[in-house]
Amino acid sequence: MAKRIEVSGLHAYYGGVHAIEDISMTVEPRSVTAFIGPSGCGKSTFLRTLNRMHEVIPGARVEGKVMLDAEDLYGSSIDPVAVRRVVGMVFQRPNPFPTMSIYDNVAAGLKLNGVRRKGQLDEIVEQSLQDANLWNEVKDRLGKPGAGLSGGQQQRLCIARAIAVQPQVLLMDEPCSALDPISTLAIEDLIGKLKSQYTIVIVTHNMQQAARVSDRTAFFNIAGTGQPGKLIEIDDTSKIFTNPEQKATEDYITGRFG
Amino acid sequence: MTSLSTPRKGSGLGSVSTGRKVKDRTVQGLVYLAFLLALVPLLSVLWTVVVNGAKRLDPTFFQFSMNAVAGKDPGGGAYHAIIGTLQQVAITSAIAVPIAVLTAIYLVEYAGNGRLGKVISFFVDVMTGIPSIVAGLFVLALWLLTVGFGFSGFAGALALAILMIPTVVRATEEMLKLVPNDLREASYALGVPRWRTICFVILPTAMTGIVTGVMLAVARVMGETAPLLLTIFFTKAINTNPFEGPQASLPTFIWEQASDPNQTSIDRAWTGALVLIGIIMLLNLLARLVARRSAPVRR
Amino acid sequence: MTTQTGVESAEAGGARHRAPGRMSTGRLGDRIFAGSATGSGLIVLAIMAAIAVFLVWKAIPALQANEANFITSEEWNPNATPAEFGIAQLAFGTVMSSLLAMLLATPVAIGIALFIAFYSPRRLASGLGYIVDLLAAVPSIVYGLWGAVFLSKHMEGVSGFLNSTLGWIPFLGGDSPGKNSIFTAGVVLAIMILPIISSISREVFLQVPQAHVEASLALGATRWEMIRMSVLPYGQSGMIGASMLGLGRAMGETIAVAMVLTYVPGINIHLLEDGGATFASNIANSFAEASENGRGALIASGLVLFVITLLVNMAARAVVARRKEFV
Repeated sequence: MAKRIEVSGLHAYYGGVHAIEDISMTVEPRSVTAFIGPSGCGKSTFLRTLNRMHEVIPGARVEGKVMLDAEDLYGSSIDPVAVRRVVGMVFQRPNPFPTMSIYDNVAAGLKLNGVRRKGQLDEIVEQSLQDANLWNEVKDRLGKPGAGLSGGQQQRLCIARAIAVQPQVLLMDEPCSALDPISTLAIEDLIGKLKSQYTIVIVTHNMQQAARVSDRTAFFNIAGTGQPGKLIEIDDTSKIFTNPEQKATEDYITGRFG
Repeated sequence: MTSLSTPRKGSGLGSVSTGRKVKDRTVQGLVYLAFLLALVPLLSVLWTVVVNGAKRLDPTFFQFSMNAVAGKDPGGGAYHAIIGTLQQVAITSAIAVPIAVLTAIYLVEYAGNGRLGKVISFFVDVMTGIPSIVAGLFVLALWLLTVGFGFSGFAGALALAILMIPTVVRATEEMLKLVPNDLREASYALGVPRWRTICFVILPTAMTGIVTGVMLAVARVMGETAPLLLTIFFTKAINTNPFEGPQASLPTFIWEQASDPNQTSIDRAWTGALVLIGIIMLLNLLARLVARRSAPVRR
Repeated sequence: MTTQTGVESAEAGGARHRAPGRMSTGRLGDRIFAGSATGSGLIVLAIMAAIAVFLVWKAIPALQANEANFITSEEWNPNATPAEFGIAQLAFGTVMSSLLAMLLATPVAIGIALFIAFYSPRRLASGLGYIVDLLAAVPSIVYGLWGAVFLSKHMEGVSGFLNSTLGWIPFLGGDSPGKNSIFTAGVVLAIMILPIISSISREVFLQVPQAHVEASLALGATRWEMIRMSVLPYGQSGMIGASMLGLGRAMGETIAVAMVLTYVPGINIHLLEDGGATFASNIANSFAEASENGRGALIASGLVLFVITLLVNMAARAVVARRKEFV
């Protein structure tokens, strides 16, 4: 079931570079939380700390706590592999496995987790593709390579792949930035639909998008190049976009910089 | 809108199944093992060469040839072979480096996407795969049997040059491609003619990389034996003229000594191997040092 | 990642065309320089053509004097009158020793490549790669000496063991497993081609787009599962091409094989028994005593080797290049 994320005192580093500094926030379950901010402010880095993908990069490390309900993702007994199974991720560029068919792409995570029965696989694959609003477009060509789909379809395939393993949380790293407006709309619709079941966190460059899809919005900023990124404020989306607490947020929203 | 499937009961973070963990660990073990497995022959080769080669690593070895030394005799040395190898490699470089560097310049700076460039590039690749013995046979067929020259250090150098050219072309090509394009454009924008741009802007920028590539190529051809057997033949005496008569070289010296059943000869073969490996490793090390110095040039 | 390189090379190409190519060649210096660069490129082509032409030309007289079937005969007596020689035994020895080398080396080499690309600490990766490359820096004469004097002693036991436990496999059968066998030669060749296979595989692995790697990791894949899902499918053709390049290398290797093998006439399918010869080892071993006709015969066998390695290498390059499709 969808879970609440509570982050406290989180720092992330790339080698000697301090990328984000002292972030604390709560992400509510069954809602969409958007991260906005100028380029390089660390919002993507922060997103990747939420499923321990940050540490995949050589030399990267994290300090602080990320509680998923009662469990600390960075607890000493926690296997990052198990974390990523529970906290799914969709990337900026659609990245279906190029050598796999559409079906196998969606089934990939299930097979990892030991789902082998054909009937069960078929069922979950269909359900996930339907949930991702892709079923009708691909049901006749499930055996074809996923790389043959359009960009927007590929991204929905990646979403289907991520939700097939039924994660608690779905992280989306600028999922629409490589897509055309129509595909973007399709994905935004999908996000609205998925939030009834999942905790969704989305990084976006597009403030209209944040305003459209999210319930809560967090604004990140950096003091200057080489400085670590910081969380400026997080609040209900309507509040952030109409009446933010911080001057910096207002400047950013109104387009005075960034 | 369709209703969403209900996620299965979440079981917290849970953990990765034991089977998967075991598989992951097993592969990790195998992969480490593969690396260690590669170290075994490397260390074994180096160890046996050092231990066996040390026996005859004496001044005599560097001061005397094998002239009038029989297989069972102690003493004797590789002076003639070292001279031969150095001369042959020098001639090889003198032939191969200009051709190879110019070919690389053609491929990077002139060929563009033209067909000739693609054909040459393809055959440089093909040339990389020529067995060294075939290079020797070719020089034998052309230089010795057709033109009619005799065995000589120079004939050996011709064969080695065929093996050296493709390596140096590829190394130089890589380096030229690393030279940033704005450098070329800046120079052209100043009205500097193309050949001056290449000679005085591009080549100097890529120089350390090219030097590294040449040194590695020299180290590689220095150990080649097969083509030399067919082109420089054998001699036990010192021959300082690479253009006339059979010459020795370190690799053929080792081959000759190793095929003699006497232990004294086998010992000389090991020492020859030690000296050869020593020179080659030294060149490799120097090349690496040069390469490190050139690192900032790369982007 | 790919698009980026695509853009870069397109820019490079564009710049080359934009550069004052035709316009400035009026200058004498430019003309001379461009001429010598082009000429050098043509020399490379000329060398390749000359190799084929001269080997054929010098092989013909010996082939005409040959009384035996050049392809099927197992004899090698080109110095006798009448001359009788054929490449059957050489082809058998070459193919068997190099296939064996490829089979032994490929799994280890891929393991090494995976180790360096995904398991070793990043900081050490290039140093460890350098250590493996050192295997390639050891000259073949040294491998030959080591193989003939040191390794073959230890191979006696291994061969005996394989013969007694797996002797029912025809290739491993025979009554007298020895140490100077095609099997020993195959092991030495395997060590020699290890670095080329592993360095090409490593290069291919390092080109696997980070997006594919992250796609499987984000699904909750372990490191091995990530390699199986993202790395191996992507690197498949690269690995096949790499092991074929290794095969070509092994086929042409001369000195190490010549020093390890003891020549016994005739094809012996028992690879653990002493004997065997390859194209290259036969040339090295027979050249010093070869008559004029003998040299011609060796050139003829070298021509066959040249053609075979050419085909293997070209096929390998084609396979390696095919991986670009996947990007």
